[in-house]
Amino acid sequence: MAEPGRGTAARAGWAVRSWWLITGMWIRSTMAYRASFALSLAANTLITFLDFAVLLLMFAHTRQLAGWTLAETGFLYATSSVALGAANVLVGSVGGLGERVRSGSLDTMLIRPAPALAQLAAERFSLRRLGRLVQAFAVLGWSLTALDVHWSWDRVLMVPALLLCGTVIFCALFVGCSCVQFWWGEAAELQNAVTYGGATVLQYPPTVFAKELVAGTVFGVPLAFVNWLPALHVLGRTDPLGLPAAFRFASPLAAALCVLAAGLAWRAGLRAYRSTGS
Amino acid sequence: MAVIEVEDVRRSFTVRTKEGRWRRGKREVRAVDGLSFTVAEGECVGYIGPNGAGKSTTVKMLTGILVPSGGRLRVAGVDPAARRAELARRIGVVFGQRTTLWWDLPLRDSYELARRIYRIPDARYRANLDRCVELLDLAALLDTPVRQLSLGQRMRGDLAAALLHDPSVLYLDEPTIGLDTVSKAKVRAFLRETNRERRTTVLLTTHDLTDIEQLCGRVMVIDHGRLVLDGPLERLHEIGGSERTLVVDLAEAHPPIDLPGVRVARTEGPRQWLAFPARQSAAPIVAAVAERYPLVDLSVREPAIEDVISRIYAGDPAAVPAP
Repeated sequence: MAEPGRGTAARAGWAVRSWWLITGMWIRSTMAYRASFALSLAANTLITFLDFAVLLLMFAHTRQLAGWTLAETGFLYATSSVALGAANVLVGSVGGLGERVRSGSLDTMLIRPAPALAQLAAERFSLRRLGRLVQAFAVLGWSLTALDVHWSWDRVLMVPALLLCGTVIFCALFVGCSCVQFWWGEAAELQNAVTYGGATVLQYPPTVFAKELVAGTVFGVPLAFVNWLPALHVLGRTDPLGLPAAFRFASPLAAALCVLAAGLAWRAGLRAYRSTGS
Repeated sequence: MAVIEVEDVRRSFTVRTKEGRWRRGKREVRAVDGLSFTVAEGECVGYIGPNGAGKSTTVKMLTGILVPSGGRLRVAGVDPAARRAELARRIGVVFGQRTTLWWDLPLRDSYELARRIYRIPDARYRANLDRCVELLDLAALLDTPVRQLSLGQRMRGDLAAALLHDPSVLYLDEPTIGLDTVSKAKVRAFLRETNRERRTTVLLTTHDLTDIEQLCGRVMVIDHGRLVLDGPLERLHEIGGSERTLVVDLAEAHPPIDLPGVRVARTEGPRQWLAFPARQSAAPIVAAVAERYPLVDLSVREPAIEDVISRIYAGDPAAVPAP
């Protein structure tokens, strides 16, 4: 095989392979303690189910939440959780960047012949993170059967496309916001606020929130492209902001821009690190 | 053939200082200031200097972790900062202060992962691992997670990891720091063997002059980011930096002890400081003292790098860097 580092495609391939190699090693090492793994996965899934129970409790008192039914809200809840959960599995470990910058242990990643971002993303990979995904897919399955929607082809295709773009957007947010830690090592909370906080906001109908906040998720931190905007098309609802219909299909574009921005932030951060050392 | 080429390399850092409540000043610190040297293939070079002299900065530039502010660097013909990932396959790095292994994984898994990331051919991996396991006595440790290893065990584990992919250059940053005598001896023997048998070029940063004494044919001394000495180990002996000190406590105060090859550096009541060449064993001196004087207690002190440097300045005014 050719020396990695020649060409973008070869480099991306090498990054993915490195991620797999390291992740695989962590999985095998957790599998040495199967009982412990099963328990923590079960606990994780249970805790996230309690999270959904809050929503059910709310709907025990009302038939609609800001004009959205339980099935519709469940759809938002599930799509937001799937996207966040998948991103957390793929790159969730980048949040530990600040600690590595502070202790200088990022150096050990820079002397290995694998992309530092792939190594960082795979570090301490834990299958327990699959718990959220299991729960999210269960809720998604239920909401899809419960929704009162005419399932035309475009709507059916929209669901996997939405999940894919949402995952990419959350991945980019995880990486992009973590890069702030290259300069401010203590700023891990920013990344948590944007990703976990953002996902919680997306679990509720946009009509619950002030229009300014919803506009902020369209034109500021592009969270609305994860599920709010494409869900309007799937569920056949009107846009609370009255935006053109094109916005409902713009998630791939938003995802691409997020990846570009995160990539630039990572490069700038790494350059700053390599020119200041530790 | 030169494996490491360093030509007028500089590296400065901007340090922010607090001036008053709100104002922030900027100050430029030159960690490495016009450094030039070359290291030939198969050489083992000791790189010493006091804390903050620029040793680690140099090593980081040679690995490509740090980008130099100026000058020219080549390692195995490659510019480290520009082609860091490519160079990573050809160099091995051991940081005494932190591990390059995966903290929570057993040694065996860390090595297995290195095999895949460095794409080491199976046969070569097996041969290299077997050699390291035998010479570094790792067989009993392979299934222990790195975090549970003692410092000496971890260091041996790190050394093996740095050599599995047959690097042509090995950087060692304080490889014996904090190790007990047995571990130190093991590490040194292994390094000597590797340098001789494999022709691996070694750049060794250390505070322990005994490391240099036992491993290196050549020493470079750095201070304030500049080389103040670069030459064969004998040069260091000539300057007298490698003198060890035997501190003896006698039952009562005596006039200075008179023994051949021993210089009394200081006396303080019943305690005397006896300086002797570092290459010489302390045992016959101890025996001679014990035979003629009422010896109560003793300790041997290794030469400090700070002393070496002050001697370099004292003996050779030309070595003092311009202010």
